[in-house]
Order: sequence, then C-alpha cells, then structure tokens
Amino acid sequence: MPEAVSSMAGAEFSGAVDIREDGLQGMVTLRGDLGDAKVAGAVKAAVGLAMPKARQIKKGKNGGVAWMSPDEVLLLCDHAGADALVAKLDKALVGVHHLAVNVSDARAMFTLTGTGVREVIAKGAPADLSPAGLPIGEIRRSRIGQIAAAFWLSEAETLHLVCFRSVGAHMFRWLENAAAADTLPGVL
Amino acid sequence: MSTRLADTGRLIDRTKPLEFRFNGKRFKGFAGDTLASALLANGQVLVGRSYKYHRPRGIIAAGPEEPNALVGLGREGRFEPNQRTTTTELFDGLYATSQNHWPSLEFDVGAVNRVMSRFFPAGFYYKTFMFPRFAWKHLFEPVVRQAAGLGKPPKHRDADRYEYFYYHSDIVVIGGGIAGLQAALQAGRAGVKVLLVEQTAHWGGRAPVDGAKIAGKPAADWVAGAVAELQAMDNVTLRNRTMGAGVYDHGYLTAYERLSDHAPEIPGPRHRLWRIRARRIITATGAIERPLAFAGNDVPGVMLAGAVRDYVTNFGVSPGDRTVIVTNNDDAYRTAIALKQAGLVVPAVIDARDSADGDLPARARKLGIRVDTGKAIARVSGNKKVEGVSICMQAGEGSALEEIKCDAVAMSGGWSPVVHLWSHCGGKLDWDRDHAMFRPDPNRPPTGADGAGFVIAAGTANGHLDTASVLADAHEAGRRAATETGGKPADDTAPQAAGEAAAPMLPVWQMPQGASKKLQMKAFLDYQNDVKVSDVRLAAQEGYESVEHTKRYTTLGMASDQGKLSNINGLAILADSLNADIPAVGTTTFRPPYQPISFGAIAGDARGDLFKPVRRTPIHDWLDANGAHWEPVADWRRPYTLQKPGESVKDAVRREILNTRQNVGLLDASTLGKIIVKGPDAGRFVDMLYTNMMSNLAIGKCRYGLMCSENGFLSDDGVVARLSEDTFLCHTTSGGSDRIHAWMEEWLQTEWWDWKVYTANVTEQWAQIGIVGPNARKVIEAMGVEGMDVSREAMPFMTFQDGSIAGITARAFRISFSGELSYEIAVPASQGRAFWDAALKAGAAHGIQPYGTEALHVMRAEKGFIMIGDETDGTVIPQDLGLHWAISKKKADFLGKRAQQRSFMRDENRKQLVGLATEDPAVVLPEAAHAIEGPKRDNGMENIIGHVTSTYYSPTLNRSIAMALIKGGSRRMGEVLSFPVGDGKVIRAKVVDPVFLDKDGERQNA
Repeated sequence: MPEAVSSMAGAEFSGAVDIREDGLQGMVTLRGDLGDAKVAGAVKAAVGLAMPKARQIKKGKNGGVAWMSPDEVLLLCDHAGADALVAKLDKALVGVHHLAVNVSDARAMFTLTGTGVREVIAKGAPADLSPAGLPIGEIRRSRIGQIAAAFWLSEAETLHLVCFRSVGAHMFRWLENAAAADTLPGVL
Repeated sequence: MSTRLADTGRLIDRTKPLEFRFNGKRFKGFAGDTLASALLANGQVLVGRSYKYHRPRGIIAAGPEEPNALVGLGREGRFEPNQRTTTTELFDGLYATSQNHWPSLEFDVGAVNRVMSRFFPAGFYYKTFMFPRFAWKHLFEPVVRQAAGLGKPPKHRDADRYEYFYYHSDIVVIGGGIAGLQAALQAGRAGVKVLLVEQTAHWGGRAPVDGAKIAGKPAADWVAGAVAELQAMDNVTLRNRTMGAGVYDHGYLTAYERLSDHAPEIPGPRHRLWRIRARRIITATGAIERPLAFAGNDVPGVMLAGAVRDYVTNFGVSPGDRTVIVTNNDDAYRTAIALKQAGLVVPAVIDARDSADGDLPARARKLGIRVDTGKAIARVSGNKKVEGVSICMQAGEGSALEEIKCDAVAMSGGWSPVVHLWSHCGGKLDWDRDHAMFRPDPNRPPTGADGAGFVIAAGTANGHLDTASVLADAHEAGRRAATETGGKPADDTAPQAAGEAAAPMLPVWQMPQGASKKLQMKAFLDYQNDVKVSDVRLAAQEGYESVEHTKRYTTLGMASDQGKLSNINGLAILADSLNADIPAVGTTTFRPPYQPISFGAIAGDARGDLFKPVRRTPIHDWLDANGAHWEPVADWRRPYTLQKPGESVKDAVRREILNTRQNVGLLDASTLGKIIVKGPDAGRFVDMLYTNMMSNLAIGKCRYGLMCSENGFLSDDGVVARLSEDTFLCHTTSGGSDRIHAWMEEWLQTEWWDWKVYTANVTEQWAQIGIVGPNARKVIEAMGVEGMDVSREAMPFMTFQDGSIAGITARAFRISFSGELSYEIAVPASQGRAFWDAALKAGAAHGIQPYGTEALHVMRAEKGFIMIGDETDGTVIPQDLGLHWAISKKKADFLGKRAQQRSFMRDENRKQLVGLATEDPAVVLPEAAHAIEGPKRDNGMENIIGHVTSTYYSPTLNRSIAMALIKGGSRRMGEVLSFPVGDGKVIRAKVVDPVFLDKDGERQNA
C-alpha cells in the first residue's frame, strides 16, 4: 500500500515553545445519545474508557475519547485502526441511532511543549487559557487566529491541538509566528 | 522661553543623556523625558501648525489630551504620523518631524489661511463647496487637500510586529493612579484575579506631582509601597504602558500595550492588543483639565496649569521664566506655588472668581504671589510665542486694565473626569453643578449579561477631586468589585489623606464673560480643528441644536484627540447660545478607542502569509510545482489551469479541454463538499433538503439534486450517493460544504429536532480525483482495480462501488460534470497524493494530462450544465434554469416548494436560461453583457431583458458558446438578441439550446 502522509508530514519548529506536527492520528467521530448506556458501552469496548463528562478528554492505553458536544465524542486511536474502530462501533450499536465515521484524514494535529504553550495559544484563541480556565484534561473547541481548532493540555507544559487538514499549513505558520522567541507576555 | 531647570525632575535621570532630532535639528534630553518635555527643555515652544488656519501651535498638555503637539515619528518602515509628543517617551536616536506646514515650521505659506480666517467660519466647507459642482473636484479639493489635514500617511510597509493576546480576569482596573492602586489592593487582598493597567510608564498618576500625603507619607512613598504589595500578589497582574482602549458588551475590553515604543531595540512585538473578558471593570482613569476660552489662548506658551507643574516637577522643565496663572478654581494655585518654589516668577494669578479664600490661595499669597480676583485675560499678545497678557474684568467685555509681560500662561478651567471608558458601552452621566462637570451616574452603569452593572468608576474618574475622597471611593470600588466576583474583601477603611479646604470653582465658559465678537474669534475651543467660540455660536444661530450635529458642522471634538480638551467647553458655549441647560444639551457619544491605537495592533498577526487562511488539498503542492495558475474558490486555491513552460494561460486551457475530450484528463476535485447524513429519518430529511426525490434512491446509486432556500431560490447542487439503507453521502459545491452542513444542522436543531438524523462533514477526509475522458477506464484498469468492477456493464453511469485502486482504498463514482466518460474516485486524504501520482504514471500511455477549473467550466458549459454562482445569484429558482425535471411533483413538501408556487415565481416572463450562439462564431460575448430590446425607456436608458451568465470559446466546437438569463427566454428559441458592448458596438447572438455538445449523453455513457 502506498505511504500515507499527514497534513504537514511531521514538520517541527523551535522558538518560545517547541512545535511538532504529530503525523498520522486515527480519529473517529461518534454521534449519538451520550447518556445511553449502550453508547457508553460501545465507547468503553472501543477504547477502554468511560464516557467523558462535558469538555473532558481521557487518554488510555488503547486510545482516547474527547467530549465534543452534547451528542458527539471524538475517539482517538491508531491511524491504521480507525476503520476497524468504526466497524466495531457500528456492530455494537446495531439498532441504536448513531453515526460513527472515520475522520482521521480530515484533521491535522500538533503538539506544543514548553512553559509558554498556554500563552502561544492565547494569542489567537478567545478561550480562557489560564490553568483555572483550561485545566489539564479538559478540551476546548474554539478558534486559533482565523481557523477552527480544538486543544487540550495533557501535562502542564504539553498542549495538543487539532484543526482541519486543509489548513494545517496555515496553522503551522501561525504557530511558528506566535511562538517566535521573546514574544510571550509572561502572565499565564 | 522654556528651558531645563537645574535640579527638579522626579522622572528624569540626568546621568543618562539622550540625543534626538526634531526637523533635522539635533537636541538633547534625558532618560525619562517625554518628547514634549525634551522639546520644551530645548526651548522648542513652537511644535506645529494648526489644521485649518496654520496658526503656530505649542504644547498645551502633558498627557493623552494633547491636541497640538503631534509629530511624524520615525522613518521609512517605522514612520508614523500624528504621534503625541506628550505620550512619546524619549529614546536615543528618536527622529521626529513637525506636521502641517510648508515650506517650514517657522515660515508657513498656509498661514495665509489665518489672515483669511474670517472667511472660514463654521460649516465653511458645506457652504462653499456646494456650488458650482465642478469646482469641488477641480478647484477646491486639490487646494484643500494640500493645505488641510494632519500627518502624512506612511509610504512603507510597517517593519514591526504586532500581536493580540486574549486574557480573562475577574477584575480589570484601568488606571494606575492612587485610585487604581487602592482599588486593585482592595480587590487583590480579597483573593480575586486582578489585572491593573496603566497607560504611562509610571504608577501613581498626579498625586505625587500635586503633593498629596497618604497615610502620613508623601504620595510617591505610598505608591511605591502599594505597587510592591500588588507585585507580590499571585492573583494580581500589573501592566504599565498599557492603555484601557475600549469597553464593549459583556465585560469585553481592549487594552493597548506599547512594548517597545520607548526602546525600539527591545525584541518582540511593538504593540500588543489585549482582548480581555472581565467580570468587573474599574475605571480609575482620572480627570483632564479644561482650558479657558480667552482670545489668544492658542499662542505657543499658553498651557494647562496642571501640565505646567507636571513639566516642572516631573521633568525639571520650566515653560517660561515668567508665568501668569489664570484660573476659576483653587487647584491652579498649586502651579503658582510649584513655579515659585522652583525659583521662577509668577507675576500674577488671575482668578475669575470674586474671591479666593481657600487654603491654596492663602499659601500662594503667603509666598508673595499677587492674586487678582474677578479678573480675566482679555487677550494674549505674541504670535509664535507668548509675550504678555492684557488683564480685564471677568464681568466685562474685555477692556484692558493692565498689560503684564510674561512668556507663559498656565490656565485652568476646572477638571473633567475621564468618563470615556464608563460611557463606551452605555454608562450614563450626571451633570454635577457644583463642580461644573459630568460624572458617572452610579445608578445607570453599562450592564452585563446578568443585568448588573459591570463597570465601576473610581476616584477622580468618578468625580472625586480631593485625595481623601478619591481613596475612599476607590477602596469601596475595589471592595464592591471583589464581592461581586466572589472575593472576600477585608472589612477595613481606606488610608487617610490630608486635604485642603477648597473654595468652590466658578464655571467660566468664555473669558471675559461679555467677550466681544472679535475676542470670541480668537478664543479657541478646539485647538486641533481650529474651532473657536464664535464658530459654535454661529452654528447655534444657524439652527444647530443637537450637540452631535454641531460637532459635525463645526468639526468641534473631531480628529485624533476627539475633543478631550474641547468637548465640555464647546457644549457649554452651545448651551449658553441656545439658552439651555448643559445637561439638556448633553455630550457627544464616547466611542472606543480612548485615544488612537495603531492599525498594526488592530491587524495583529493577520498580515502577509497569515492575512487569510488558504485551504489546501492533498494535491496542492504537486499542482503548485507543476504550473498551477491559482484562483481562489471559496477559501481554497484551485488551479485555473496548469501551464507548461512557455505556454499562455489561454493556450493551456485549450490544450486541457482538447486532451480531456480526446484522451483523458485528471482533475483534483478534493474541494467538493462531502456530508454524511445518517439515521432512520435520513431519507425523509434529504427529501426535505432537495427539490427532487432522494429517499427512493437505490443503494449503490447516485442522483444529481438541487437545494433551495426556504424562499425557493437555488442555493446549492451536487450528487447524492446512497451508501446504505440509512446513510446518504451528499456532495456539495466547493464553496458550499460548511454552509450546507450548517444549514442541515440548523434545520435538525431548530425545526426537526425530533428527527433521528446525524450529519458529519467529511469533506477533508477524502481526496477526490476525477479521471475524465474517453481513456478514463483504461487508465483506472491500468492502475490496478481490486474489489470492484469498473467496466461499462458492471458500473454504469450514476453508480458507485467500493474497492481499491492502485492498492489504495477507494470509492469510485461514475459521475460526470464534463459530459465525458468519467470516474470521480475518493481515497483517504493521506493517500490522495499517492493516488494522483499513480494515475499520472498509469495514464502516461493513454495521454493523461491534469486540467484546471477553467477547462472544467468550459466543458460543463459545452454540456449546458449550470454552475451555482454563475447561473444563480440568489434570485434564481430551478424552474428559471429549465430544471423542472429535478423538482418533485410527488413530494408533499421540500424546502422552497411553497415559495416556488407564488405567482411571481410562476410568471412565464421571469428571466430564464437560454443558450447563445453569436452570429460570428469567433466573437465571445463579454461576461455579464446585457441584452436589450425595443425602444429606450422613458428615463432614456435601454430596455434590458437579461444578461450573460457564462461565456467561453469552445475549442471542442470551434466557436463561442454562452448561457444567459433572458426575460421569457424559454419562448425565444431562434430569436436573435442584441448585446451592446460599448463604443457603439453590438454583438448579436441567437437563442439556442444551452446543451451544445452530445445531447444524448453518448460520451458519458461510453
């Protein structure tokens, strides 16, 4: 099978923080009644994690799950395993109204590391990026500059963000610019 | 003449001399100077020419209210016009040029306007330039453009960097004077999150200059202690050189941080625009002193009294050796005392009041200063600098009693609280008769989402003029804001401050009270716009009663200072002229920003390659490297054509069309919108969205569909594929995917919320590649097909199959927008490029060539296919385009059905789509050319019956082709229409069937 390529093919930048495009990441959108035990059970069976609470993101050994809206979660998995995960969800949810779809290639994902990751994003996202406003383990769907994005911190100095694949190049340029040395306000 | 004093100057560092240039001349200053203080220290009293009359103008103020002393700062990529010298911190190598004069500051030709000033009254422009009409463009405008205006626009690209920063805080305190500090202390101690911003580089505001004593200490010591305590709090952030610029709905505010204006060598952004959400905003923005309106109050050397003592105390600069003070209040006596203590001469304090018995006048008298009460300045003598003043009775008409020689005048007409930020979002004001000022009305604050006031004015900005009540008010503001944001403020009291017993001020709007018309014509209200007392009186006389109208008629309070000095005096004169109360006349609207902020800060990072996001398909880089002539399609870039070296755009398009018709073409169609619609009610849902029947589409089949708005107008089109019993894949136009997805969600979330349907926009999951032309099947077979059969029999037109091609998971749709044998193949985006490469490789033997959007457009037009946005413009219904076949008659309802049944939608004279064949096949109609018919209309214009929507030269047919929307077009087959195209030229074209090529579809079914 020919090689699969992510939006920015693993591009990297080092400035006020370090930035890396993560390469291929499996992602599955699941829409359904999140309060339905069968839906929760399907998620548990798929990635080994309980249904997240509002704005929560969880990571486990077999993937992750992020709350996206009152009727939508995003499942994270191996890129190669996304179609199989969709099939697994569809099988578990026969007769339950839902939509599971592979969106791995519709996205670009970046990881930022460093003390200033919150401030880099706060240059473009109107969300509250303070530790109180965005605790570790909480995902925020917002915008960065002019483009839609979701982001979360997995550790104090590690921030992940997801945007659409077609604007991956723009996002990388935006991040490079925002993370230029000597530009952080130093207040978050 | 102004000069540097020997020892005062609390803000300057005499061990750090700096050099700068003004109009090419080399000057010296000290670290800590503003450009204004440094100019004065060098004896440069004349700093600019006024806007309209080109009068010589000097520095009046020491802060952001300065109307005159604006300069062009910097050079080339760092040149910026209209920079305030009073808020520009001096740095080594600063380069400034004065504005609005020609040929030089000292000798200005435009000053002739001054002699003519009696011919430039209020409303001059409106009155003069109305007639004759041609004169404005050819006579007045060129002259006025040259003579009027302030700074010149920059000619170079801005060399600096600018940024936004989003921030959230419980409380934002605007203003770092003693009120702001006290409010921040009280809130900070209560544990809530506080941001304190101060526009200057220094904390403490006026208090240290005015000699306040707080908690038994000099104000400066108390300020240092307060700042230290705030800096030690984790929940408090202090930012100096940061101005609260604007207050907006729901606690949103902008703050303008100037990071390197004072030291260009500092790396990083020059300005940062803070975009803040605050639960409470405390405006501790102080007050601005008002000028007095006497004749000659604009002669260089006439300054605000508060500014004079700022220059003496803060910068060690004296505005003159002999300074006359003119006032209507006690506060100005501080200036007399400060000057005297600095060893300068104060010939007299001219006090308009009948008596001056407060503590400060008493101290002044004790220092031996002459105090004249009931007196006024009749006029100032001098042209480019003050030479003396004539003293008269305030109650009289201006007959001179005495001439006093002096080289500076310090004036004070009282203080106006800075209510701008309180007012930006709707905070209302009260007129305080005793102090003759507008102050915030605490009962009518701007209200937030919770219905409560979210702005709290504090200290002087709230109308408190003595130190003790300023601190008490700020203490309460901090306590209240903290309580309202969940803090626990201590139950304590504000620090004590010593005060003076002050006598009431006397409102003085014109000096002397009965000033003659001649004096009024020299008494300036608005220095920046050259508006005098006489102009406002004339406006009132001519019927301008509204302060907003008067502003625009006279230009009072316009331009870059927005009347910080002039507004109150101007509206008081207006009220007096109208015989109305000042509060009845009211103020003009306070709008953000408080003072001008840079365009760079407003633009932020949205410049250069970040100006606008561009969406890229997985094939983008290949196209870019292979001659793509890009065009924007919504936010995407698509290749208009792919030029070979040396090939023209036109030739490339022609080559691509012919090759696709004769061999095979390759198209990146990834931008096509793709939306999954799934659920038990999915069929019902797509039946409502599309005009035609979709629910009966068989699994594995495709159908072209139209979407209309609820008003019946065509909104989008595309092919629908049925993936399974409960799942449809809806293709949209390239520009339509986000809009149509939002449209679907809106109906599902607001109207049909009980329908069981989920949607997902998977546009970017798939790269979609068209393999188009007679050899298409051969190419695909050569790439290696597994798990499906792309043969003519197994995969007929308008069907799809899943499988793999070239080892890549693929869904092949047998659909065609060109009229050729065509497959559109969707593969995962991550393998889109690999698929593209494989197609090129396998297709080489079959003559494959990629093609762009123009070839796509021409080929679809040859087939008579419509294009959303070309044949539609928001007023076109499917019936207009002859698409009746795609409108279901069986369905009970669909979006747009009802609207399309209205009488005017069924009018047979609506504009309808026709094909056009020009009489001369070599002539291509211009886009949007209008068709005319019959005699001209009554108004002399042609009778237009429609316009061209698409027009091309078809290399396939070797002739021009076009489509048009023409009134009653469907009944005009065979008619010849006239299209005038200018210069008396008319193109004639015959109405024909819009399908020019292969009407029976033999090619696409091949």
